[in-house]
Amino acid sequence: MPTTEARPRLLHLTALLLGLMLLGACQGDYPQSSIDPQSDFADTIHSLYVQVTVWTLVILVVVWSVLAYVVVRFRENKNRPAPKQTHGHLGLEIAWTIVPALIVVAIAIPTIRAVFETQTELEGDPLTVEIIGHRYWWEVRYPESGVTTANEIHLPAGRPVTLQMNSADVIHSFWVPQLGGKRDVNPLRRVGEEGELRGYTYLYFTVREPGVFLGQCAEFCGEGHSLMRMRVVAESESDFNAWLADWQEPSATVTAPPPARDTTGQTPTEDPLVALGRQTMFTSTCVACHAIQGAPAAGVLGPNLTRVGGRMTIGAGLLENTPENLFRWIKDPASIKPGVQMPGAQEEGGGFPPTNLTDDQVRAVAAYLSSLR
Amino acid sequence: MYFVTALVFFVIAGVEALVIRMQLWRPENDFISAETYSQMFTMHGTTMIFLVAMPLAVAFFNLIVPLQIGARDVAFPRLNALSYWIFLFGGIFLNSSFLFGAAPNTSWVAYANLTSSQFSPGHNVDFWLLGLSILGVSSIIGGVNFITTIINLRAPGMKLMRMPLFTWMTLVTSFILVTALPVLAVALILLAFDRFFGANFYAPSAGGDPILWQHLFWIFGHPEVYILILPSFGVISDVIPTFSRKPLFGYPIVVYAGILIGFLGWGVWSHHMFTVGLGPIADAFFVASTMIIAIPTGVKIFNWIATMWGGQIRFTTSMLYAIGLLAIFTLGGLSGIMHASAPIDLQQHDTYFVVAHFHYVVAGGVMMGLFSGLYYWFPKITGRFMDERLGKINFWTYFIGFNLTFFPMHISGLLGMPRRTWTYSADLNVALPNMVSTVGAFIFALSALILVYTIIKSAISGEKAGPNPWNASTLEWSIPSPPPHYNFGEIPTVRSREPLWREDERREIEAVTLKVPDVEPVMPNSSYMPILLAFGVALTWGLVMTGRWWAPLIALAYVGVCVFVWAFEDPFARKGA
Repeated sequence: MPTTEARPRLLHLTALLLGLMLLGACQGDYPQSSIDPQSDFADTIHSLYVQVTVWTLVILVVVWSVLAYVVVRFRENKNRPAPKQTHGHLGLEIAWTIVPALIVVAIAIPTIRAVFETQTELEGDPLTVEIIGHRYWWEVRYPESGVTTANEIHLPAGRPVTLQMNSADVIHSFWVPQLGGKRDVNPLRRVGEEGELRGYTYLYFTVREPGVFLGQCAEFCGEGHSLMRMRVVAESESDFNAWLADWQEPSATVTAPPPARDTTGQTPTEDPLVALGRQTMFTSTCVACHAIQGAPAAGVLGPNLTRVGGRMTIGAGLLENTPENLFRWIKDPASIKPGVQMPGAQEEGGGFPPTNLTDDQVRAVAAYLSSLR
Repeated sequence: MYFVTALVFFVIAGVEALVIRMQLWRPENDFISAETYSQMFTMHGTTMIFLVAMPLAVAFFNLIVPLQIGARDVAFPRLNALSYWIFLFGGIFLNSSFLFGAAPNTSWVAYANLTSSQFSPGHNVDFWLLGLSILGVSSIIGGVNFITTIINLRAPGMKLMRMPLFTWMTLVTSFILVTALPVLAVALILLAFDRFFGANFYAPSAGGDPILWQHLFWIFGHPEVYILILPSFGVISDVIPTFSRKPLFGYPIVVYAGILIGFLGWGVWSHHMFTVGLGPIADAFFVASTMIIAIPTGVKIFNWIATMWGGQIRFTTSMLYAIGLLAIFTLGGLSGIMHASAPIDLQQHDTYFVVAHFHYVVAGGVMMGLFSGLYYWFPKITGRFMDERLGKINFWTYFIGFNLTFFPMHISGLLGMPRRTWTYSADLNVALPNMVSTVGAFIFALSALILVYTIIKSAISGEKAGPNPWNASTLEWSIPSPPPHYNFGEIPTVRSREPLWREDERREIEAVTLKVPDVEPVMPNSSYMPILLAFGVALTWGLVMTGRWWAPLIALAYVGVCVFVWAFEDPFARKGA
């Protein structure tokens, strides 16, 4: 593994060689880059990548140079005598079998070491997070604290993490490139007399610094595959714990505030739109699929909406989380995300009937959800 | 016939590729819908592999192998006709899905359990699995035919180690065909049972295992890669010596390397499955086996370069394509070494980096080798040269368009763009490489059009070619161009590996092969039966789609009748007698 001083230099070299032909592509941010490691797992892969890239570039340059030389030097020339009819050379054959074999061994040894290293649970009290792939969004569960959320995976920076993954439907693949390689997310199957569940897959890593890292599904899973995105929000340990605690405490607007105590007959201080939204939500089919902590909503088919107003995006990393976008999403999700399972206000979806909400009701639901922070 | 049909499918697959590139021209584009996009990339991949690259290679097997070994025809000419017609009906069946708006849409690898009736209720997957089943029958029949031909019909003196490399690689490929395709057939039949008859082979909810599909598919799928590339290796192993005026360097080593690749190709399938989570021991094994394959492949490349070393290289279009293959395939092979390193593959798997890699291998390696063969053998088959001036334009537009299309995909992949995605977020900052790719794709398409034009123009009015226009060394160049329908009036005797480059041997052979025989050898008549039979085979599979167990049996009975009628037909009956 190269030292930390050498790594940026090698990275630079690779970036330069690969990027030169597309100068423009070298500027700007690459939030989903696979060559910008931000975790120990990604570091291991990246140092291997740099090593193998150097080997292969050397071989490429040698082969291409010899080829170019041959093509120029031995082009047809009537002044040269007819070529000598050689049939082979044993020494050469042995040489160019052994040299590549040695290079292959040089690549295989660190590779196999990394294969074992990256598939072992990390030491130091790892946090287990359960990831469940759905068409086309990600469910995130924290078994130790009973917290369930979707598409935005909060993780403590600096603490080892174990992602235990499975799928609710077809095969997906979990990939947040800056935090490491991808791992397929497979449906579980029951085997044996006991009906034991098998098929979990795992990822082990430690995020280095707080930050937001983009990812998306990497195994074709159907029409909405390209829009099945997610992000990891890495925070300091204390921020992370605060986030967990917040989740368990219902947010202020989840249920209606108690009736005003004073007898002046003043209207409650609550935004009437939020109140209407709450009422609409809990009397519509929304709650058949969605759950909100502390409210009479316990559906499990769709994403858990506890504190959804605090999320950065909606629709699995698709749209910025604004009331206007929430309105668009609830009204007609299929126009934003083909293949989505959620029905729209007028359109059926995923085998479910339309919600039959009016625009005003949809706007109210959006306002209510936005208020859940 | 194979050739023309494959060329038509080549144009169709090319149009599909252009539609894909149009959609990816800019982020969040909506040129086509997500569903149409899925159909496009599924059909592009399936068509290019099963309806273009494989049949193009088979076209050369058919046309060239008998000539190279001194045979009048393949061992089973009637089986050969059947194989062609089944292939044609299979291709038509697969593409007819477009008419129903139900083109396959689960990618060319069609991973279970996405393909189950639950998650893919339409007929899209049915068309795919039945179409491939039909095509598989054709490939297996072809493979049997070529193995028999090469083993049994060689001219006197044509020992195995005197066979031209193209024939050798045809032999190896044919063995892979007859062994790998049945594995695909098994996978497809299990899928058919799941879909049509309610079985649960791949259904996890009932204890089935979707990963079983991946194993079966790749046990077929990786040898398939060698089915594609080995014929091209064979082509350039004949082309490079001819245009360097030197025998192939290290002939036995190149042969053994080809055989070794064919064998090892069976032991590497799970390198397509490093992300599945099979555990470190399985991963480590497949890392090692995959890397070993790099060695014989490298050895081949060194031997080709050594063949050119010290030669007198003539830059015909055929030779340019061969050199192009060397340059491009080397890059594609080396990015393959990166994926062989499992942890790196965890990043690159299913991204555009992999798309770049296999297009360097297939569009750069396989197709360039086949086009090299096209320019090389065209004068033999038609008696006319391909237009060299147009050929050079064709090659250079191909070379530039190809690299412009696929090199930037390395970059978009490294920057996090997954494959099989209908659109990509502007946040990823990969718009520029995608635009370059799209521009490249149009240059690439232009090159394909030039090629089609060149073929048609040259076939009609190309310069006339003699029996051995390139001064090549192998047996096919000893007979007139185009060859008489019986190929060899009298079978010559071969005494060396390069018979036409040894003055005494050449004269001996040409005395036999260029002579017009007094009595023409009798060749079998053509027959309509293979068409009727092939239609029946396609129909049998097609009727499986009804989901009624008795429906295909009706077509099967029809197939039985055809077989009997055909079997009792006298192939040598004189017309009007």
